[in-house]
Amino acid sequence: MWRRVLAILRARNREFYRDKAGLGWNIIMPFLMVFGFAFIFRAEPDDLFKVAVLTGRGELSAEASPFLATRHVTFVSLSEPESAIRKVERHQVDLLLDLRAGAKYWVNVHSAKGYLAERLLRAAYAGAAPLPARQTVSGEALRYVDWVLPGVLAMNIMFSSLWGVGWVIVRYRKNGVLRRLQATPLSAFEFLSAQVLSRLAVVLSASVIVYLGADLFLDFVMRGSYLALFLVYVAGALCLISMGLIVAARLRTEELADGVLNLLAWPMLLLSGVWFSMDGTSPAAQVISEIFPLTHMVNAARRVMIDGSGLSEILPELALLAGMGLLLLVTAARLFRWD
Amino acid sequence: MTHLVEARELVKDFPGVRAVDGLSFEVRRGQCFGLLGPNGAGKTTTLEMLEGISRPTAGEVLYQGRPLDRAFREEIGIQFQSTALQDFQTVCESLRMFASLYRRTTDLDELIALCNLSEILDRDTRKLSGGQRQRLLLAIALVNDPLLLFLDEPTTGLDPQSRRNFWGLIEAVRRRGKTVVLTTHYMEEAQRLCDEVVIVDRGRIIARGRPQELVQAHFPAVVVRLPADAWPSGAPPPPASDLRDGYIELFTEEVPPVLEHLKRVGANLNELKVETPNLEDLFLKLTGHGLRS
Repeated sequence: MWRRVLAILRARNREFYRDKAGLGWNIIMPFLMVFGFAFIFRAEPDDLFKVAVLTGRGELSAEASPFLATRHVTFVSLSEPESAIRKVERHQVDLLLDLRAGAKYWVNVHSAKGYLAERLLRAAYAGAAPLPARQTVSGEALRYVDWVLPGVLAMNIMFSSLWGVGWVIVRYRKNGVLRRLQATPLSAFEFLSAQVLSRLAVVLSASVIVYLGADLFLDFVMRGSYLALFLVYVAGALCLISMGLIVAARLRTEELADGVLNLLAWPMLLLSGVWFSMDGTSPAAQVISEIFPLTHMVNAARRVMIDGSGLSEILPELALLAGMGLLLLVTAARLFRWD
Repeated sequence: MTHLVEARELVKDFPGVRAVDGLSFEVRRGQCFGLLGPNGAGKTTTLEMLEGISRPTAGEVLYQGRPLDRAFREEIGIQFQSTALQDFQTVCESLRMFASLYRRTTDLDELIALCNLSEILDRDTRKLSGGQRQRLLLAIALVNDPLLLFLDEPTTGLDPQSRRNFWGLIEAVRRRGKTVVLTTHYMEEAQRLCDEVVIVDRGRIIARGRPQELVQAHFPAVVVRLPADAWPSGAPPPPASDLRDGYIELFTEEVPPVLEHLKRVGANLNELKVETPNLEDLFLKLTGHGLRS
């Protein structure tokens, strides 16, 4: 069996690396994205300040705190104190207000906007209610490039995984390559395994090259374990390749496959927090984003690179990605038709 | 057992059409068996059922007396009518890839020599001419040293020279004892290569037998063809004749009396042809419509 898998794998690899135009594109595109977004597009929110609020019930009303009535401040409801405090440390929010029992607020002593937001808070409370207890944290701002890079790597993996298998298999079906292979002892499982392995190798090598390139030209943080990061991307790539296989299981035209792949890719791209944080978006968007493997891949990669998480800390996300991947792969194998 | 392949009452339905309508025939070991018919007659559909690529709606295919199983794939070779190979592969790489898919393979050097591929081994498969491509596809079909070879319209689209070369190649393959099942709409091809043919039209068999015997059974020995405008106007119409493609056709056992008659009525004999009837004539007689319609 492995001899047959290897034969198909080698043929697919040759096809890939001899296609110079495609190969170049696979490597150049993520670089363009990183540079473009890191240096040109720096998203500034419309509101002047961003304040995170920890509440017991999750609703933000002026009755809970006079500060919440302040205009031109974005209030974001969060539920986990630990990650909320980390956001203050990294200047991702200007202030954190804890309205649960024993009200407190956190401010970063290194943040200019934090200083101003604190003045506003004090003014809002003046004479109206007892001021929450002051807590301070310190820390340099998390730069956009640090935050966006794990997502850009994941996004590149997504495009390469979805189109790399989806498009190719549909083309094989349309031009008769699949029919020819069907007439040999090769089984569908062997054929699909070869496609998955080939694409996985391509995706991971491209990611390593992009990572090294980014390391050379950009200054970004990597605080966690390389092994953990690698495994996150492997599990994520498996999920997305399997998703591509499902799309390719029956379709006969590249145009339709392209449409379906776009239909999958763009919502994932917009709702997985690759470019902007999902904090403060509508609850519906947050629920949808939980369905996407890309979300979990991006979150886990950020936790490794920015928070310095090790393998054991991201194990739940890894397990989730691996489980999703397996489910998608089995579905793809069951749906697959040669003709 | 002399039958290598047996088709029993094969039926294949596609939405709204019955493409194959109850075909039964047997292919003997070592034979070259031809499925003939116009485009859309159900040849390729029938062949795909024999190959195990598509399932019959009803009926069954037996190989060596048993239903088709996975081992069957190891023992057959197929040359499809239109096949793309994976891009960016050379001829040699394509051959080797297919060779690794089988447990048993033939000697590749010998195969390359047989199919005359040695000069194009390192060429990208997308840059092959029609004839070179068909030779490569045949080599791929032979890579596992199959007992049974399926060829679906192997010479369609080739120029006459390449077609003749390809026929020579198939004859060489046959000398190695392979059983061959082929479809074609070229009657000349069937007459040269096939020991036995079935003629299929609209999913049914309308005639079967050895090509020569089939023709002889349905026609007198020769056909005399004369351009229609060579017949003198005003003369009584020729007896026992057909008009086809602007030619008057007279089928006869003996030529001299026909010539006598033609001279008597004053026909212009400059473009007269005397031919042996072939499968094409037979097909027309049996179906009332042309082969390539």
